[in-house]
Amino acid sequence: MADSTYPIPGSLETTPRRWSQAAILEWLNSWVITVDHKKLGILYILYAIFFLLVGGAEAIAIRIQLIHPNMHFLSPQVFNRIFTMHGTTMVFLFGMTYIFGFANYLIPLMIGARDMAFPRLNALSFWLTFFGGLLLYYSFIGGGGLYGAGNAPDVMWWAYAPLTERAFSPGHAPDYWALSLIVTGFGTIGASINVIATAFCMRCKGMTLMRLPVFVWVNATASGLALITITPLTAAQVMLLIDRYLGGHFFDTQAGGSAVVWAHFFWIFGHPEVYVLVLPAFAIANEVIPVFSRKAIFGYPAVVAASVGIAFVSLGVWAHHMFTIGMTSAGNAFFVLSTMLVGIPTSIKIFNWLATMWGGKIRFATPMLFCTAFVVQFLLAGLTGIMLSIAPWDWQLHNSYFVIAHFHYILVGAIAFCIFAGVYYWYPKVTGRMLSEKLGKWHFWLFLIGFHVTFDVMHIPGLLGMPRSIYTYEADRGWTGWNQIVSIGGFIQAIAVLIFAVNLIWSYFKGKEAGNDPWDAWTLEWATPSPPPAYNFATDPVVTSRRPLWDLKHPDDPDWHYE
Amino acid sequence: MLLVFFACQTAFAEGPQSTPSIFSPASTPANDIYELSLFVLTITGAIFVTVAGLIAFVIFRYRQKGPDDTTEPAQIYGSTQVELAWTVIPVLIVVVLFLTTARMIFAIQDAPKPKAALDVTVVGHQFWWEFNYPKLGIRAVNELHVPVSDPQSPTPTYLTLLSADVIHSFWVPQLAGKTDVVPNNVNKLWIDPHHTGLYVGQCAQFCGVQHALMLLRVYVDTPEQFATWVKNQQQSAVSDENVAAGRHVFETQACMNCHSIAGTAATGRYGPDLTHLMSRATLASGAMDNTKDNLREWIRHPDTFKTGVLMPAMQLNDQQLDQVTAYLSTLR
Repeated sequence: MADSTYPIPGSLETTPRRWSQAAILEWLNSWVITVDHKKLGILYILYAIFFLLVGGAEAIAIRIQLIHPNMHFLSPQVFNRIFTMHGTTMVFLFGMTYIFGFANYLIPLMIGARDMAFPRLNALSFWLTFFGGLLLYYSFIGGGGLYGAGNAPDVMWWAYAPLTERAFSPGHAPDYWALSLIVTGFGTIGASINVIATAFCMRCKGMTLMRLPVFVWVNATASGLALITITPLTAAQVMLLIDRYLGGHFFDTQAGGSAVVWAHFFWIFGHPEVYVLVLPAFAIANEVIPVFSRKAIFGYPAVVAASVGIAFVSLGVWAHHMFTIGMTSAGNAFFVLSTMLVGIPTSIKIFNWLATMWGGKIRFATPMLFCTAFVVQFLLAGLTGIMLSIAPWDWQLHNSYFVIAHFHYILVGAIAFCIFAGVYYWYPKVTGRMLSEKLGKWHFWLFLIGFHVTFDVMHIPGLLGMPRSIYTYEADRGWTGWNQIVSIGGFIQAIAVLIFAVNLIWSYFKGKEAGNDPWDAWTLEWATPSPPPAYNFATDPVVTSRRPLWDLKHPDDPDWHYE
Repeated sequence: MLLVFFACQTAFAEGPQSTPSIFSPASTPANDIYELSLFVLTITGAIFVTVAGLIAFVIFRYRQKGPDDTTEPAQIYGSTQVELAWTVIPVLIVVVLFLTTARMIFAIQDAPKPKAALDVTVVGHQFWWEFNYPKLGIRAVNELHVPVSDPQSPTPTYLTLLSADVIHSFWVPQLAGKTDVVPNNVNKLWIDPHHTGLYVGQCAQFCGVQHALMLLRVYVDTPEQFATWVKNQQQSAVSDENVAAGRHVFETQACMNCHSIAGTAATGRYGPDLTHLMSRATLASGAMDNTKDNLREWIRHPDTFKTGVLMPAMQLNDQQLDQVTAYLSTLR
């Protein structure tokens, strides 16, 4: 059947398939050469889920090693590689990929466009990211290395100098770290340019910027931030490679270089980076919460302004990661203030979500379960962030398990929960089938319990003096019991994620048919069939408000009367 | 969770303890931080209870009543007054928190140094600590001794922090917040301990393969104990004829290239000073107890205790090991 329009797998066009070898090869090839934003979005998401599982396995290995003092499950050398790879994988190969997965799939659909502004750049960016990740993982087997575990990076995901200089890291671990991230960094730059160009230039008729779905605003903001922030990281990595191979001494303290300059470069990237990771999670919540509360988002202009404000302020807070490195008191005080200031637009967003739910008729389907938990967890994470912004308290808390608990509260409690919400919400649109609500609820409750068992308790060893990045700890420090509880919570989360994976696969073949608009939602993507055809919209839509489908469903009471 | 934690006794004891809780401060800077943390916890706790309470209320009050409850609720698009209110209140909270914090930053970092303060230079190495007392002519290793400080006439200890290789961090939670030890940089930290005893801590900045076993022991002594310790540390190494064979092994098997023993030809600076090795409770920066068997095994094969450490196994035979262990065991 040499037809150029293959039925999309799982679609309800029931042309009988013939699984001939040529047919399979052509199907695979269609994924490799695609420039369609929907296919690339799916590729990004599948890549993200794969590395979520790999990074999760690394986390489980860490928690097994730390369940007792003096465990010999992992040698110190391997442990140091595993936690470095866990951090690097989760930030770059899971975090940076999920955001472009959702953005690429949904933005053209939400703005009534046929595709992203630059489809071929889109494909190039994905494949750069893909191969960068492979290069990073090749480090486990590439070359003999020094300790028998290859050259996988073992310098912590922030790769502080001068530990990464040749004098202290004679193998190739920092090289794999730097090179693979330079490659994925180019992918990030391409994808960010695409998102911004699409959001500002490809909107359908009637969609002014103030009618843009909040999802698109927030993703465009995150992409702008990514564009600005990846540069210092790439620059620092190039300088590191110059130090290591071309006789440079930027960070080589034995020759007069500065270790502190590396820290500044890294965190000028590193702090906005975490906002690049979390803003798209907010974007998902900004779509899910209104639909399941049956109300428009409260304070659209404030939500947009707060999101953009967060991006700007986050560029000026980086040295709160360096309160202990020896800055002057005035320097420390400045960064206390700037860090606290970023809490203001953040709290505005929380209040706007709360006000959206207030007076609504909340339906607790699986996406909303995840988003509700997200709001509470994000509140708590923000408050522990305030605690960490208090520099003198940070002199105790920095580099302890309290910090790990704080940022996992955001990465898992906010970002992962929103990603799960987004997958349950948009899976019907992508595949044409609903995910199982029953498995979804099992996933949610198990993951919620496991998350809280691990990350609530994890604050405690930090308060009791346990530093991070240690492959074992003393038995008489009073940390053992807490570590055991933390590890058990990790195993519970692993089971929940496996249930999620089963749900994704099972529902693809056996899920309930979804139709165009299973959630009774209001943005343009729900006006297309599920899954959408390659061209998205048969005729260009024309919109008159922020919620085009609300206007169609409520012709007597449309939004444009009130906006 | 916090309630469970607060119920734990070990978290809040007075004086030194084996659990280095930041809520059991025993020194002025740690105390100041503790009081500030309680203030901040109160404010953030109040915020959490209020906002989470509102969220809980909303979840129950505004849930869909049943599958037939499908009419849409009133659509509220926003309210400028409400937005202003919940912008202004966080700004005020930030102002209060910032001013309190800034005051404490200046109080701790820029505290004037009293004349009676003790000066110690801390040098971080991969993976051990060196403590030099320049005015007393002492070089100590891994275990820091300081005099207790009387609040009426304080005798704090001022630490100058240096690194011989990569970034480390000096953290003894009950005595002070941590400060990094950065190569090509000079950092400062002061402690002002009020209770005698042993305080534990460890390196708090990933510094390589054995970061986890770069432990710290700080002994806060009474003035008499401190004077006795100083006097002993100022002596040259004990010279015992019975262990001359071991000393010979030490001096000919390249040990002296890295290690120093005062009063002998060994003046190596790369590894720890061994002049008063037996005055310490642990070996290898806390990796194991200082016993004869551990010492012998350490010399035979350091990787047994601390794999990846920079001291090589010198391939000594059994007789040489016995002799050198006997020699080192006399270095009190």
